[in-house]
Amino acid sequence: MKKLVSLAAGVLLAGLPFAGSAFAQDYPTKPITVVVPFAAGGPTDTVARLVAEVMSQDLGQQVVVQNVGGAGGTLGAGQVATASNDGYTLLLHHIGMSTAPTLYRSLPYDPTADFEPVGLITAVPMTLVAKKDFEPNTLEELVAYVKANGENITYAHAGIGSASQLCGMLFMDALDTQMTTVPYQGSGPAMTDIIGGQIDFICDQTTNTTSQIQAGEVKAYAVTSPERLGNLPDLPTTAESGLELEIGVWHGLYAPAGTDAAIVERLEAALKTALANETVVSRFAELGTVPVSEEEATPEALAETLSSQIELWRGVIEEAGVYAD
Amino acid sequence: MDIIASLGLGFSVALDPTNILYCFIGVLLGTVVGCLPGIGPTATIAMLLPITFSLSPAGALIMLAGIYYGAQYGGSTTAILINLPGESSSAVTAIDGYQMAKRGRAGPALATAALGSFFAGTVATLLLAFFAPPLARAALNFGAPEYFALIVLGLLVSIALAHGSILKALAMIVLGLLLGMVGQDIYTGQPRFTLGFRELYSGLNFVSVAVGVFGVAEILRNLENEKERDVMVKAVKNLWLSKDDIRRIVAPVLRGTALGSLLGVLPGGGHILSSFASYSAEKRLSKTPEEFGQGAIEGVAGPESANNAAAQTSFIPLLTLGIPAHPVMALMVGAFILQGITPGPNVINDQPALFWGIIASMWVGNVLLVLLNLPLIGLWVKMLSIPYRALFPAIVLFACIGCYSINQNIFDVYAIGVFGVLGYVLIRFGCEPAPLLLGFVLGPLLEEHLRRAMIISRGDPSVFVTRPISATLLALALAAVIIAVLPGIRRKRKEVFVEED
Repeated sequence: MKKLVSLAAGVLLAGLPFAGSAFAQDYPTKPITVVVPFAAGGPTDTVARLVAEVMSQDLGQQVVVQNVGGAGGTLGAGQVATASNDGYTLLLHHIGMSTAPTLYRSLPYDPTADFEPVGLITAVPMTLVAKKDFEPNTLEELVAYVKANGENITYAHAGIGSASQLCGMLFMDALDTQMTTVPYQGSGPAMTDIIGGQIDFICDQTTNTTSQIQAGEVKAYAVTSPERLGNLPDLPTTAESGLELEIGVWHGLYAPAGTDAAIVERLEAALKTALANETVVSRFAELGTVPVSEEEATPEALAETLSSQIELWRGVIEEAGVYAD
Repeated sequence: MDIIASLGLGFSVALDPTNILYCFIGVLLGTVVGCLPGIGPTATIAMLLPITFSLSPAGALIMLAGIYYGAQYGGSTTAILINLPGESSSAVTAIDGYQMAKRGRAGPALATAALGSFFAGTVATLLLAFFAPPLARAALNFGAPEYFALIVLGLLVSIALAHGSILKALAMIVLGLLLGMVGQDIYTGQPRFTLGFRELYSGLNFVSVAVGVFGVAEILRNLENEKERDVMVKAVKNLWLSKDDIRRIVAPVLRGTALGSLLGVLPGGGHILSSFASYSAEKRLSKTPEEFGQGAIEGVAGPESANNAAAQTSFIPLLTLGIPAHPVMALMVGAFILQGITPGPNVINDQPALFWGIIASMWVGNVLLVLLNLPLIGLWVKMLSIPYRALFPAIVLFACIGCYSINQNIFDVYAIGVFGVLGYVLIRFGCEPAPLLLGFVLGPLLEEHLRRAMIISRGDPSVFVTRPISATLLALALAAVIIAVLPGIRRKRKEVFVEED
């Protein structure tokens, strides 16, 4: 398929040398907009800005991050789905790309059919943390405690479709129990109530929890990544403690469907350059995450992750019966 | 001793010439965007975030903080001059500030706003320096029941916002509460009053509603009769405060500063209440409450001090615990992270120069703002002599561009038109827009905290009276209602007497 496309492109280039070069070879000739479907300053926005900075240098054109927030990221994604597929409007979305088709029963776009995947970027690990005086001290104790107390335990999350809500669903799924889930308008207020002891427990991205864990403001139980984290070396992984709960807030870069293969290839190369960049690696480390490997920063890897995650979340969400519309 | 040394360190950072420059750029930009209706500090900081990439952490954060509190100064300018509040806090300033401007006292109103804000800013800076960590700890005692009680108190006390019928004010608050419900229910994701439009899922935009019911409605009203147009008052009596004015604003500024400083520390929405609370307090304490709504200088002095104090103390939860109190603070978190600093309890120890530098820069910024704003008053007042037919279309256009630029959501622009018409209808019915805006801003918070408290208590409403802080606040709210109703009853009795005579 890929061969066929490049063959077609080659024919096109031979037949219409002028138009062809103007279209794909000179790309990019003007600034590129990367839509982030969340507010500026959030974790996804931060990832986007760090990557966009280096991609700009590589592409020789400004890569501008545009925040189109609202409706759990579906507004921004919907906007890119219908945008012109000339390679100048891209989407940087996280795990929500795979949960939206199930969470929203009337989604106006199709995450697989309406986009060309460019590549995976990073998977931000999550941590299970609780208020300081929460009874259990280890993950084993936590699991037993939650099983014993069920709905008497309050679990905070940052709204439907948020990473913390997804992690909570997985956790309850793994333990086959229910807790009282309390939604907040974002991670900040949820963390405030954990620190203040108003609520028991949350599973949230390292971006939001690392500094509070290091300062001893919250009690941490485990990290949901396959390996321990560099900046929280004492925190065991969920697998170490025998809990089957692995989740990372994976981020991907997409172009609208039908974008020229040569353009996608160029973007893929720029993305790889960005992910290998020293500043990006060190900033990601401060956020408690690492860029994906070179093999994963590819359209194939993103397409596969996306479709397998859509399947995974369809099962989890339908079982929980929680929808966003 | 420790604090003095720390403040010394802070000032050595803040008074670094480059940082003074960034601080100045920040407060200047803040003043400008505060003046331009539509473009608030949130949008500005969001747009400038990428630029701060290349600055030093201190420079970047000093500049962004400057934009935020600078906008609190600037926001009052349009509220006073043309009845267009750009922020919920300046909605209150518009009530009496605009009336002062209509009476040719735009100068003193602007001067009061600037001086009140400066004083409040100075006090809040000292509070930040001396008591930030304990204040942040105290604020953590506020959970959902406490916030619910606080907002109930705020809503009930704010009936004083209206100078007409209490019934109409209540109706406006309720209408505002309903408008605040538009959008996705945060607990179930259910869209409410969205008429099937995905663009309405995140609710109505505050700026659109404010520009509509205040600004556009005022323009429509003025179109009714071209000859009696009263927006522009050519005879500006004086620019500076008279001795009498100064005497009248001292106490409101002090009270506003105290109220604002305390409310600002509460991350769950305290800063929104500050100016409304201060206005209500001033009206209650005033010997001449009938002047409120007719251009009472106290009605500008109190709320302006309160909102500036709150703007600054709302940095306390962010700087000491790393938790954002509102969307602007969430952006500041993003700015910290972009600079490679994760905001949290450790910032004060790991980055003392940055922590104290930001605090000290706030005072420097306030000095800069006063120096910048006092000479500008003359210029602002002159702006009123721009022909109405040029000024107002331009302002509405700016507002539309500003609203659109925040979310790229065309519905935010439509909303300006819709609420302009609604606002005009309300004016014709003798209803006031301020209580409506208050309901609109506080409604979602009220609902959020009420439902969260009930979820956490697993459906037991007694949490509101068994938790001491919440019980106290609700008792105060009850007292406020009784006090509000009593004179009404007495007056009615008198009226009955009069009729019988």
